[in-house]
Amino acid sequence: MFEFCTDHETLPRLQWLACYLTTGKHMGFYASFGTVLLLLAITAPAALLFGFGGASAARSRLLPLNWLGKAYIAVVRGVPDIAFFLFFVIALDQAFEWVRHQVKCPDWDQPIRQGNDFVVCAAAKLPLGTAPQWVHETYGFFVAVLTFAIVFGAFAANVLFGAMRAVPHAQIETAEAYGMSHRQTFWRVLVPQMWVYALPGLSNLWMVLIKATPLLFLLGVEDIVYWARELGGTANPRFTDYPHGDWRMWYFLALLVFYLGFTRISELVLDRIMRRLSHGQATAGGEAQRRAKGAA
Amino acid sequence: MSCWVTIQDYALRSIGIGERLLPREDFTLCQQFTLIGSGMIWNVYFALLALMAGFFLATALALGKASPNRALRKPAEWFIFLFRGSPLFIQFFFAYFLFLSLKGVSSVFDPFTSAWLGALVVLFLNTAAYSGEIFYGALQSIPRGDLEAADAYGFSGWKKFRKITWPTMLRLAWPAYTNEAIFLFHATTLVYFSGFPAWRQKGDALYYASYFADKTFNPFVPYPILAMYFILVTLTIVGSFGLVNRRLNRHLPAERRARLRLRPNLIR
Repeated sequence: MFEFCTDHETLPRLQWLACYLTTGKHMGFYASFGTVLLLLAITAPAALLFGFGGASAARSRLLPLNWLGKAYIAVVRGVPDIAFFLFFVIALDQAFEWVRHQVKCPDWDQPIRQGNDFVVCAAAKLPLGTAPQWVHETYGFFVAVLTFAIVFGAFAANVLFGAMRAVPHAQIETAEAYGMSHRQTFWRVLVPQMWVYALPGLSNLWMVLIKATPLLFLLGVEDIVYWARELGGTANPRFTDYPHGDWRMWYFLALLVFYLGFTRISELVLDRIMRRLSHGQATAGGEAQRRAKGAA
Repeated sequence: MSCWVTIQDYALRSIGIGERLLPREDFTLCQQFTLIGSGMIWNVYFALLALMAGFFLATALALGKASPNRALRKPAEWFIFLFRGSPLFIQFFFAYFLFLSLKGVSSVFDPFTSAWLGALVVLFLNTAAYSGEIFYGALQSIPRGDLEAADAYGFSGWKKFRKITWPTMLRLAWPAYTNEAIFLFHATTLVYFSGFPAWRQKGDALYYASYFADKTFNPFVPYPILAMYFILVTLTIVGSFGLVNRRLNRHLPAERRARLRLRPNLIR
């Protein structure tokens, strides 16, 4: 990176550190923060979409759909989420391969589960055995995102379902009195009004989502936890220009600080949004704002 | 091999009693049930001890955060922020490597690098922070009339706290605290996936479930078994905390009693 880095053995301490922190591997480490942010950027809307689907299904008057939605919401209660992550990553992968197997190799006559093996025809493998490395990595990331979206979608469905029920019933009755159909009531009255009720739950969910991102490591993605373990481990002078002892503690301290800052900033931003949204609403927050203004 | 023999071999495997080698092939349902159930011993151990010890620290933290004294308030606020603002997963990793470095300084820290103590300390501090925030919220919402009535009856100092403030705080906090207990219990599954080594394959329930899932490449058997165990224990927690809730609310008329609603929260 810097010019003085060429003879790394004679550097003074501060310059040594500057050189050390800008090696190619460290660039990978910094890029993995981008991976985390990318995961958040994709997962948050996807989970919201899943959640919206789940909550609408749970409100549906069609019985099977209603059950499906309720089961989806209930599934997050009682079972640890890490178990879900570990489960879905394998289950989704196998589900994709199974479907592709049915489509691409209809005349395959052996069973797919042979003892401890899961065997599909070569054409159904995901990603294909011949695919380049980046396809494998992207696919891994995609499965991880989908897993996050499913698990957090269930949480979001729970929040949105509660928010939909919190919209004052009189609003819906009024809409019906004006002759709106069920669908119109849902889209024009219920959905626009539910967000202020959903926001406290959703901001909590956002915090939880931030704090769940290190679990990407468990799903086999090369994320910040992976790099922190990799880079922090004892560096032998035989293999690297910058030998050092076991620094993993310091790397994880850096991650800890990163997350603390991230959640703190989110908290401040979400507080501001909440204040804006409850402006003029018939809720306790809106009432408090109105009073504060009257007093001033 | 009959199921009874399997239970004898593996029921206490997670604490090192019984057969040393884990099954390697021809996994039976019985083996999966027994070993995953055996791992539950660790989950219960971590949750129970962390919760019981954390309760006292949480009370102290809540009082500290509500204190008008800055020297007490600031440390409590920072402690709660530190543990609630960062992922438990990273806390585990950091603590493990911290203990590993401290081990070089003094042999006192040797046991802290193994899960039974090191992870327990992290869970204890973590649950204390989360429960402390819950208790603080409850402390803030104690009806003013209750405290004024206490003053009017001549209660003050320790006696007022012990007889009025503390029971009311607990009563108000209890539904949220129940969720925290469930939540902490679920969080114990992270221990063996976050640095702390499972010595001689003595792990918790999720450790064995993922062992089976890896070996059989079939997630559809071990994880539902795990889920069943967790739902059972969750129901037990809800039941026993419900009993305490009834006792805390026993002086109130029926319609004012806070009902316990099962709303376990999410990942930490």
